[in-house]
Amino acid sequence: MSPSQTVDVELTVNGRVYPVTIGTERNLVSVIRGEVGLTGTKEGCDDCECGACMVLLDGQPVNSCSFLAVQARGRDITTVEGVMTGDELHPLQRNLLDAGGVQCGFCTPGMIMSATALLARNPTPSEEDVRIGLSGNLCRCTGYAKIIAAVSATAVELRS
Amino acid sequence: MTFAIASTIDDALVALSAGARPIAGGSDLVVAARHGKSALPADLVAIDRIAELVHIDATASGLTIGALTSHAALITSDIVCRDYSALADACALVGSPATRNVGTLGGNVMNASPAMDTGAPLLVFDASVELRSINASRAIPIADLWTGPGMTVASPEELCVAITLPARPANSGSAYVRLEYRRAMEIAVVGAAADVVLDGDGGIASISVALTAVAPTIIAVHDLQAAVHGRPVDAATLATIAELAAVQASPISDVRASDAYRRHCVGVMARRAVEAAARRATGETIAVPVNRALGIGAAR
Repeated sequence: MSPSQTVDVELTVNGRVYPVTIGTERNLVSVIRGEVGLTGTKEGCDDCECGACMVLLDGQPVNSCSFLAVQARGRDITTVEGVMTGDELHPLQRNLLDAGGVQCGFCTPGMIMSATALLARNPTPSEEDVRIGLSGNLCRCTGYAKIIAAVSATAVELRS
Repeated sequence: MTFAIASTIDDALVALSAGARPIAGGSDLVVAARHGKSALPADLVAIDRIAELVHIDATASGLTIGALTSHAALITSDIVCRDYSALADACALVGSPATRNVGTLGGNVMNASPAMDTGAPLLVFDASVELRSINASRAIPIADLWTGPGMTVASPEELCVAITLPARPANSGSAYVRLEYRRAMEIAVVGAAADVVLDGDGGIASISVALTAVAPTIIAVHDLQAAVHGRPVDAATLATIAELAAVQASPISDVRASDAYRRHCVGVMARRAVEAAARRATGETIAVPVNRALGIGAAR
């Protein structure tokens, strides 16, 4: 590869603008965790297989390990840090804790982002819809049943 | 390495003529680069914000799909799900919601993987691909596009701007199925698409089948029309189709499957694709994707 080009980019993460100077080959997850300094987003497989790095771009889920950071310029990036309201957990986070849907916790941020996108586009998901919505996220603790239950419970809660 | 963002097709074509390579969602390009399979091109032009490349237009002669249309957009298009069901079946199996969101039809086609899910449906529909450069525009049949794994007849300065599908005849149905080990983030072990037109007696008026991941490119099954024309879609006909598909496959052995297993299974997939396509041709609704509706592929 030829030498990297360094560019100044403004990234909007959770509504706040972060000016960063980065190589054009950098992936989004490394910039979110490094320059932006938000470490809730995890790097797992670095191969678009596990979903630990899931963030929302303009509300849609994206594997940030396999997305160039420069391509996120001018778009709204949402990470797990952005789902809370002040110090109050998002209902999805609370339900994951209540249901025992968090074991080692490494997949949790990615699960939350995929579930957030799912519930935004489908407020009344069937269990199959939840499974499809989370299908790009692996939990190596294999705690899927409780994660799915937590997402379904959140859908009910957000409708009431 | 340089990086530019194009906002119009013309911007992108100028960049390509100067030697840049296009990047849309990056779901193939960035993954390959991060694993050392192939480095990121030295100069990139991002085409993911070119609004004129995102469209699904029904016309008298068929359907034109902008190259940047995502898999997610295709599976939520009524006309694609109803009239070009095999393409919807395929798009619904690609990756995960995240992949389908950033992945594009043009990217899938031009990446030219022999395991791409959308290739076999496009081949049975006799799709054509519009390639544009700063000097010219040409439409080529998709059957002539792929020349090998990752290779096409397109020159480096050409951009795929649209894929066009002919109008659908009456009494037609289509389906795409694949063998898979996992329901998400999976690549077809083998797959098959079928397009079937039935005559008034339920016999096969015309048929087209294409195969995934059993040759250096997506391939069409030859001599099918002559072998099964006019026959009912019964066990004997389906066996003939499965055999023709298996015989014409030239699969490799790799970590995912042996050549013998792929050859056997591609016949099974061809049979099941034709079965589902024929049922749809009678007007029966089978939900997209057929893999889930009929329990083909990975179990839950």
